[in-house]
Amino acid sequence: MSIEVRNIKKQFGNFQALDDVNLDFPSGELVALLGPSGCGKTTLLRIIAGLEKADSGQVLFHGEDASERHVREREVGFVFQHYALFRHMTVFENIAFGLRVRPRATRPAEAEITRKVGELLDLVQLDWLANRYPAQLSGGQRQRIALARALAVEHKVLLLDEPFGALDAKVRKDLRRWLRRLHDELHITSIFVTHDQEEALEVADRVVLVNRGRVEQVGTPQEVVERPATSFVADFLDLHDHGPAWLIQAKIRHRGQVLWAAAPERRSA
Amino acid sequence: MSSTRTLLLSRHSVLPGFGLALGYTLLYLSLIVLIPLSATFVKAATLGWESFWQIVTAPRVVASLRLTFGASLVAATLNAVFGLLVAWVLARYEFCGKKLIDAFVDLPFALPTAVAGIALTALYAGNGLIGSLLEPQGIKVAFTPIGITVALTFIGLPFVVRTVQPVLEDLEAELEEAAACLGANRLQTFGRVVLPAVAPALLTGFALAFARAVGEYGSVVFIAGNMPMVSEIAPLLIITKLEQYDYAGATAIAVVMLIIAFVLLLAINVLQWWAGRRNAEDN
Amino acid sequence: MAATVSLHVPSVGIAVRSAATTEPAWVRRTLIGLALAFLTLFLFVPLATVFYEALKKGVDVYLNALIEPDALSAIKLTLIAAGIAVPANLVFGVAAAWAIAKFEFRGKSLLITLIDLPCAGSPVIAGLIYVLIFGAQGWCGPWLQAHDVKIVFAVPGIVLATIFVTFPFVARELIPLMQAQGSDEEEAAIVLGASGWQTLWRVTLPNVKWGLLYGVILCNARAMGEFGAVSVVSGHIRGMTNTLPLHVEILYNEYAFAAAFAVASILALLALVTLAAKTFVEWHYGHERQAAKQESSA
Repeated sequence: MSIEVRNIKKQFGNFQALDDVNLDFPSGELVALLGPSGCGKTTLLRIIAGLEKADSGQVLFHGEDASERHVREREVGFVFQHYALFRHMTVFENIAFGLRVRPRATRPAEAEITRKVGELLDLVQLDWLANRYPAQLSGGQRQRIALARALAVEHKVLLLDEPFGALDAKVRKDLRRWLRRLHDELHITSIFVTHDQEEALEVADRVVLVNRGRVEQVGTPQEVVERPATSFVADFLDLHDHGPAWLIQAKIRHRGQVLWAAAPERRSA
Repeated sequence: MSSTRTLLLSRHSVLPGFGLALGYTLLYLSLIVLIPLSATFVKAATLGWESFWQIVTAPRVVASLRLTFGASLVAATLNAVFGLLVAWVLARYEFCGKKLIDAFVDLPFALPTAVAGIALTALYAGNGLIGSLLEPQGIKVAFTPIGITVALTFIGLPFVVRTVQPVLEDLEAELEEAAACLGANRLQTFGRVVLPAVAPALLTGFALAFARAVGEYGSVVFIAGNMPMVSEIAPLLIITKLEQYDYAGATAIAVVMLIIAFVLLLAINVLQWWAGRRNAEDN
Repeated sequence: MAATVSLHVPSVGIAVRSAATTEPAWVRRTLIGLALAFLTLFLFVPLATVFYEALKKGVDVYLNALIEPDALSAIKLTLIAAGIAVPANLVFGVAAAWAIAKFEFRGKSLLITLIDLPCAGSPVIAGLIYVLIFGAQGWCGPWLQAHDVKIVFAVPGIVLATIFVTFPFVARELIPLMQAQGSDEEEAAIVLGASGWQTLWRVTLPNVKWGLLYGVILCNARAMGEFGAVSVVSGHIRGMTNTLPLHVEILYNEYAFAAAFAVASILALLALVTLAAKTFVEWHYGHERQAAKQESSA
């Protein structure tokens, strides 16, 4: 399902969090919202989800205006930075939650729920944790369970708010590669928020750079690295002083290709 | 002093005064609390099991214990329901005068029980402001078990509010947002996500209100009417027996109440430990 | 519904919570209304009744009830009882908190439970235990009678009972606070050459002053308002062993309602002052206190 964002504005007190944002998220893509903290990227994600209401502007799902739709009816999966797992429920019950709260008419039978949850646990490779409580899991495991819980309801959109922000560096790297593979398998329209350039460039099909409530540039990782549209983008990706050195050093591979290696001619330019 | 240190301390400390502080604590605790309290049990022990049993199973005693615990249970339940409501409203909503109302929730802690007792009696008596409205409907409150329950509800009111309110305030909004994203409506979110999270605090508040109600005397004696077998609470029966110089009888009832109070205290501690353990790991 | 949501101007507190996790306006209003109705019925109406009944018969009756000798002696006795009980429990509270918060020793959790014990039982039992020991038929009764010492049905009994029921208030406030603060600052002071007493006065007590004050406020309110325990040991001798709450009872049982409520209104004012002081202290230290309590329960 495609998502369009039209003329979104949002103000908190005197602070302009989002200033006339227009974006298209094509169906099936994995897009990163990248920017420094406080730039408005999380607010935008929450407005798309319906957790926050924009002061003006529209959010269109599949061409239809969804701005007035309650978060329950938007049918978006949302993954929180701090997991937001229900700590009094087992892993199994956490994943089953979205199925159990459906109206009686559309609620699956118990056997169906068990099958479905089993499938998802297999998908996130944690089937052996079904009867544990969230407090007994590591951070990486919790985030995978949170993802499974969001996928269980089979929404056509997946929104992730700094999904790896609370994890340590190693787990973070593993998990983002795993997310990429998972997306290649499922092809759900996904948007994830991050302030980590590496993460965005490595994982996303397209990167949206946001600063002070405005969109600075939209493009593939290669495009933004090769042709930063504004000085902010060049600054934020650290392309000025060190040139591409950090990219080469970091060996950021986008889908197996080292990013900078694809455009060596920029060095002379 | 150094010998006390090595004997008792399980970890060395450079700070002085352990012997003095602990010694004084134990001395004062023993003189004021432990020795006098043990007197009750010694006195009860001199009774012998048979006469003890006879006293505490006398119809008047059983009736007063049943009334005390029954009315306390009803009052604590009322407080659990309305305390949760008040805590929710104070934690979640903004309205005019909220700060003032928040402060006034503690009034039953601060207001001497005798004052509460005569005020409630004046209100609910047949000629009182509320009593005069209820009595024509055939509802007598003052001088009946209902009146006792009203007084016990008053004095137990802050407990549930004050245990539940901080938990509700600290509950991450993300949990409820996650539930909404997964399709739960507000009622489902409350029942399946919020209520289980505050349940330990709610139970603790309930137990505290109940324990307080069981021992309450001052606010109840005025409104109770104190009819033996009907509206005579156990603490009053203790005083009645003392005034008749029936020390043994008074002690026997006191021992029963102490044991129940101790079990409650234990239950509360277990509850708090349980709640603390479950919330210990946040991330 | 959509219209009311968009028209709604969020105030500071609600703005924190997102649109998805608040209830519709009518639900909010109903819940607020129910809560206020409950609190009005159980808190505000009884409180107002005290002052209404006290002043019903006019200001003269009110003032006369307060300046008659029995009332004055009740005020005096209440002040004496609180004046002894509060400092006694304050010293105990500091000593207990020092031992429990600054040292690791066996049986610590049992000690904490025992300190809480006086609040667990009925106040009536608090009175009973002193009658059992010091009463005419009690353990020490014959000896006391032979030496012409009166404890029960006299002022010492009232003071003892008051100490008992207010026993844990200061300790209970200080222990979690001092545990949360740790011993680093005290250790630093000792290393710098301060003595134990200097450390206590200059480092520890200044750090816990708000907690201490909070405990003292609660302790004092209970000490001045205690009824059940004091009632058992007092003997109700007018002008001699009556505290303010007991004086209220006597007047009430004599059907001197206006006078009873007049004296009660003094106690109600005391409660209001307590609430105000408590709220004031909470502004200064509420956050610290909450953190300490949570840490100690975890």
